[in-house]
Amino acid sequence: MVDAAAPILETRDVVKHFAAGAHAVVHAVDVVTLSINRGETFAIVGESGCGKSTLARLLLRLIEPTSGQVLYEGQDLTAMPLDALRRVRADIQFIFQDPFSSLNPRMTVGALIGEPLLVHTRLTRFEREARVANLLRQVGLRPEHAERYPHEFSGGQRQRIGIARALASNPKLLIGDEPVSALDVSVQAQIINLLTDLKQAFGLTLIIISHDLAVIRQMSDRVAVMYLGQIVETGEAELLFDRPLHPYTQALLDAIPVPAPGHASGSAKLMGDIPSPVAPPPGCRFHTRCQHATDICRQKEPHLQIADDGRFVACHRWQEIPSASRSRTAGAQLTDGATQRFALYRQRSVGTASPSAAPGGVAP
Amino acid sequence: MLREPQVGMKSRSLEAEPAARLEQPVVSVENLSIGFGGAGVNVVDGVSFSIRRGKTLCLVGESGCGKSVTSLAMMGLLPPKSTRIPSGRVAFREQDVLHLPIRDLESIRGDGMAMIFQEPMTSLNPVFTVGDQVAEAVRRHRGVSREAARERALEMFRRVRIPSPERRLNDYPHQLSGGMRQRVMIAMALANDPELLIADEPTTALDVTIQAQILELMRELQRETGTAMLLITHDLGVVAEIADDVAVMYAGRIVESGPVEAIFRDPQHPYTIGLMSSMPSLAGRAQRLATIPGAVPPPQALLAGCRFSTRCPFADARCRAEVPAFTREPGGHGWACFKAPLEMSAGETH
Repeated sequence: MVDAAAPILETRDVVKHFAAGAHAVVHAVDVVTLSINRGETFAIVGESGCGKSTLARLLLRLIEPTSGQVLYEGQDLTAMPLDALRRVRADIQFIFQDPFSSLNPRMTVGALIGEPLLVHTRLTRFEREARVANLLRQVGLRPEHAERYPHEFSGGQRQRIGIARALASNPKLLIGDEPVSALDVSVQAQIINLLTDLKQAFGLTLIIISHDLAVIRQMSDRVAVMYLGQIVETGEAELLFDRPLHPYTQALLDAIPVPAPGHASGSAKLMGDIPSPVAPPPGCRFHTRCQHATDICRQKEPHLQIADDGRFVACHRWQEIPSASRSRTAGAQLTDGATQRFALYRQRSVGTASPSAAPGGVAP
Repeated sequence: MLREPQVGMKSRSLEAEPAARLEQPVVSVENLSIGFGGAGVNVVDGVSFSIRRGKTLCLVGESGCGKSVTSLAMMGLLPPKSTRIPSGRVAFREQDVLHLPIRDLESIRGDGMAMIFQEPMTSLNPVFTVGDQVAEAVRRHRGVSREAARERALEMFRRVRIPSPERRLNDYPHQLSGGMRQRVMIAMALANDPELLIADEPTTALDVTIQAQILELMRELQRETGTAMLLITHDLGVVAEIADDVAVMYAGRIVESGPVEAIFRDPQHPYTIGLMSSMPSLAGRAQRLATIPGAVPPPQALLAGCRFSTRCPFADARCRAEVPAFTREPGGHGWACFKAPLEMSAGETH
């Protein structure tokens, strides 16, 4: 029996080291403990090389952890025999960043979406085709698209195909690794809305890996911020975005250009580059770029501590550092006419939104 | 609202503002149209803009809108065999770049105008040190000695704030981080004091904290050198941070342009509004993001009328049949839409 209040997925002290040459070791993920609740959208954010994609692959045991455990509904995936693992993978599905390279170009869309059904179910061919048609409709495509090949579709439509394929095995948990990063802004918004709708419709739990904080703000309930293989801050998205505690979270938010001309950009500009994960700095890994760093930061590794609002933060000095409460401008100050225009646009575009009807890259 | 009288398609070109007549633009693109292959549609269609000294124009749009093709044409970098340029002029140093012999083009490139790209790794030669590559660019255009060129490279490395520049001169591209490589590219581009810098998505491949550093560097260098800049991007945050003027492109045409303040505070074209509405905001979570339905149509599927009409929630029969003229207000803000201002025409049928 599954306890609805128990986390759907947990990691316990997960570590992943890769060998880099004879002596060097890449500390990709270094002791990460997470707990993901049923029905929430959990985001993992960080810059390149922070280990977020490695962590995502560990969650599904697509790669073996060096140490630590990953528990899905209480069962330890890391200790599971492969046939049992295959059954669990019907429950946990992956969406990739680049839908084109993750779809076999020689298979029709119908075959691509039907493949997980072949692996995970015993449906007849007829039942499979009906289910594929249904999935295509649910992701905003048309049943007749099943006959076509991936190259006939635009980027946004390919991502819809990738999502349909992920949904085919009726998963409970969907992991998206930069699921909208390769898409143009207007199409990105369509896919974000689609994922939000599908989450409702299928009762899914979502894990989103992204470097884009605005996307994460829009989609997620809770967030974990990673830096050089470790979680530096985690908690409710609302709290973390409005009152970031860790200096790295503060700097990350400050670095994002605000779409309002004349907006004073943040003061917490970070100097220098991210150090190499082959030789992460001793003590706090962020100390080389942190304007608040002192001796203790250079010597002693900080552990996650719980703050009053239930957040966790790994910083020796988080209580002394002003929590950088920010009133983020949503955008530029609009003229009255423009305010009306935006409202009209929203009204009309929602009213006329029939994503599948738009021709996009496919000739009707 | 003040509107100039409706003008024909010809006047889509940027009318110079009276105050600016005194100062000639560094570059001006006039009614540029570009197509590929035999017949077919123009992937860039009637594009006009100009940039003055020390100013930054941001060309904004999604993939396939023609922004990169426009910039390549300005550098004379489009393959002559497969490119058709049915109309237009790119005026630079009182010449038309589009009709220059290759020798003259080569002396302008790198010296008069320089370009930086999204992925610095593919623009740098992996088998030469970055110092040699910057020095070579100096020697190519200035004919100075090796020592002088190397000295100039070192000076440029300092100016783009590369830490321990003497040592970095001897590094190969793969030894540098993405942010450092982009600094090298900027050093190389600015080494010969070009009048125009074209930057095609210069920070898109970089992490946000590094992007912030590079944008600040570009702003500072521009203040010091007065270089005119054309920055191509899809990121409206970057635009707000760095632009003086903005031109929004959709499917090969400029649909709206003007001073950055006007574009963000009083956008008129439904595409500009749609683009801004689609962006998730850091300030808070929207119930649901507004979207632009569908996707950018491929060039062969473009219609006779307004190219945005297939995705525009306000389009009617006229939009699908006729190309809207570009109208410009005295302040320089202009757009090409029959329905603008939307709040006045929204009651009509659609």
